[in-house]
Amino acid sequence: MAVRAQFENSSDIGVFAKLTNSYCLTALASSSNFYSVFEAELQDVIPVIHTTIAGTRIVGRLTAGNRHGLLVPSTTTDQELQHLRNALPEEVAIQRIEERLSALGNVIACNDYVALVHPDIDRETEEIIADTLKVEVFRQTVASNVLVGSYCALSNQGGLVHPKTSRSEQDELSSLLQVPLVAGTVNRGSDVIGAGLVVNDWCAFTGIDTTATEISVIEATFKLQGQTQSAVINEMRDSLIDNYA
Amino acid sequence: MASAMHYVPDAFASQTAILCAECGIVIQPNGANMCIGCLRNSVDITEGIPKETNLNNCRGCERWFAPPANWQAAALESQDLLSICLKKIAKPLSKVRLINAKFLWTEPHSKRLKVEVTIQKEILTNTVLQQTFVLLLIVHGGQCPDCARLAAKNTWKASVQVRQKVNHKRTFLFLEQLILKHNAHKDCLSISEKKDGLDFFYADRNSAIKMTEFLNGVVPIRIKASEQLISSDTHNNTANYKFTYSIEIVPICKDDLVVIPPKLAKQWGNINPLTFCSRVGNSIHLMDPSTLQHTDVAAPLYWRQPFDSLATVRDLVEFIVLDIEPSGPVKGKFVLADAQVVRNSGSGATAGDEDGMGGGDGIFHTRTHLGAILQPGDTVLGFHISKANYNSDAFECLDPTRTPDVVLVKKTYPNRRKKSKPRNWKLKSIAVEADDMAHQTGGVGRGALGRRGGVDSQKVEKDYELFLRDLEEDPEFRSAVNLYKAEKPSTDVNMTAGSGLGGKKQNTVRMANDMEIEEDADEAEEQPEDDDDMEEEEADFPDIELHELLEDLAIEEEPVYGPQEDEE
Repeated sequence: MAVRAQFENSSDIGVFAKLTNSYCLTALASSSNFYSVFEAELQDVIPVIHTTIAGTRIVGRLTAGNRHGLLVPSTTTDQELQHLRNALPEEVAIQRIEERLSALGNVIACNDYVALVHPDIDRETEEIIADTLKVEVFRQTVASNVLVGSYCALSNQGGLVHPKTSRSEQDELSSLLQVPLVAGTVNRGSDVIGAGLVVNDWCAFTGIDTTATEISVIEATFKLQGQTQSAVINEMRDSLIDNYA
Repeated sequence: MASAMHYVPDAFASQTAILCAECGIVIQPNGANMCIGCLRNSVDITEGIPKETNLNNCRGCERWFAPPANWQAAALESQDLLSICLKKIAKPLSKVRLINAKFLWTEPHSKRLKVEVTIQKEILTNTVLQQTFVLLLIVHGGQCPDCARLAAKNTWKASVQVRQKVNHKRTFLFLEQLILKHNAHKDCLSISEKKDGLDFFYADRNSAIKMTEFLNGVVPIRIKASEQLISSDTHNNTANYKFTYSIEIVPICKDDLVVIPPKLAKQWGNINPLTFCSRVGNSIHLMDPSTLQHTDVAAPLYWRQPFDSLATVRDLVEFIVLDIEPSGPVKGKFVLADAQVVRNSGSGATAGDEDGMGGGDGIFHTRTHLGAILQPGDTVLGFHISKANYNSDAFECLDPTRTPDVVLVKKTYPNRRKKSKPRNWKLKSIAVEADDMAHQTGGVGRGALGRRGGVDSQKVEKDYELFLRDLEEDPEFRSAVNLYKAEKPSTDVNMTAGSGLGGKKQNTVRMANDMEIEEDADEAEEQPEDDDDMEEEEADFPDIELHELLEDLAIEEEPVYGPQEDEE
């Protein structure tokens, strides 16, 4: 199930939210519309947490995490850290990282088993990632972009990567991740997948500009409605007809 | 094989394919990640460019209005018109790249022009979209300011009325040449002949003022400016005037006999009051032929106390020089000399006897300034004062005992003139410049003058001939005007008269080739003349050298005359 949302007129919701299988972080907005969208979907399943990181609202870009843990940058205040500790489930480890590349959401892309990281990240950080998130870590690029977190979105079911990722590169990445990958776009042709989309194993949130075609690709990729490949194509045809009827 | 050692991804693997964000068809990823069709649907690069606009066309002259204030002639579907059309959308068009523009055919009476414009614009980084659209221009008929003024019969705004109150046109013939040489007539709308002068009409006041300044520089004049109110607008405090500049030229011409009023003569260096006008430039030069004393009279000085000429060129009579003896004083080209002359005419020698003047033999003794050029036997023009009856107060005041019988003014060449050889030069005329209809259809008159026909035009023809002779005889005078090579000497009657079998070489042949004209004259002498005139020609007849003549480039090309072209 993919849902469209916008954060104060911005469709880059991946910047302002972080979604995993065991928790969800959202930024503090002037109204609670953005929060309500997540709340409506995730209520009673996982906690949806209002927070800031280092006093900013760009929580999605500054943090990285999965079912097992949450990584926050060194600029995170103690108060924020305390708030997160209180709000997160007991089994989720939370770790503050001293890393030069402090926008952890941009440099780390992960699901519950594998993480792709920026090639220049510290060796120490790499170890912390592996320990905290309980993942295998690979230094990788996506379509020649080092900011792997910005240009792909991963779940345990699949992954959406930058539209310019070639087939051979997709094959390489998917053999590392052990999930199928699809090149695609969000927000009507935007290639910054990480900024336009947050996803976990059963639901996804995309920017308000995302077209029906893109939604159908997302749902097929992340198997959000238990659809097969042929069903995706059928769905795509339907949306096409819908669009141009 | 060496290449087998490296992993080379095949073409399929290096490909990428995504679904178009809008319609879901498989495409290569691009800047917008949309297929061309969807991109075109979602982005309109012609946005902000008007698809329909107006174009103003003058119904009278069929020129097109090119902003801000220009009216330009351009044919339909021409390049000029296309640029006028595109200028209409120049501002929005500057934001895109213009690739192509062409006219689509429209019915000429439809008052519509269609221009197909192709533009390019970069919409995203590395994504350039090209689009073609049709610009519809609606042609609005109207009148341009020029035609509006023409329609309102309000063609001129300023006029210059030039007048000289004398009974010949030589000044105006000269003025016409001066105007041509200095191109002073280029802004002139029209020229019309009036009694005693010409009217010049101009579209704006400045041109008229320029003309008056020009005239002020070349002839002694008096200017009077006046204006007529056509309309006025009290709301924005503007008024529409017509300006008229009345210009009067001093009525004293070259070679006129002038008696200066005694009071003025005393003021001007105590000059002998009986003078003749030696030159007219910016001022008039008066010279006493008996002493070579001269005075320069500027226009303001003249108009303070105007005086008239006593006798004009028309009153000149011919004399034959019997003897001449320089008496010493020299001033420039003038040499004072004592001369003995006798009247040259049918009644010449006897006239003196009849009148009882100049002694019994009709010989007059006089002093002249022409000592340098006169030889015994020459013919000279002068005023026969003792025989004339002048009705002038100033003349009465002169001491009759000190008044010479004869005042010689200029040398003349009657023998040469009788031959009426065609001139190898010609003058241009304003009428030709202005492409005058009357001139082209063989109308009467000389340039702007003498078009009223009848006696007037005959007078003008005579004045014109005199004017041409003046030009020939006075190099200083000649230098003020442009002379042109005559491209074909007229085949006059005298030509047939002079050509026997001996007349092998005709003038026609020679003129085109650049031979000396002098030679021509010798040739002409050898030919048996029908006329009885077998006298020697004047040796010092002033010829115009070829290098003084200008090529007339405006004339259509004529083949070079081959020698003997019209012989046998």
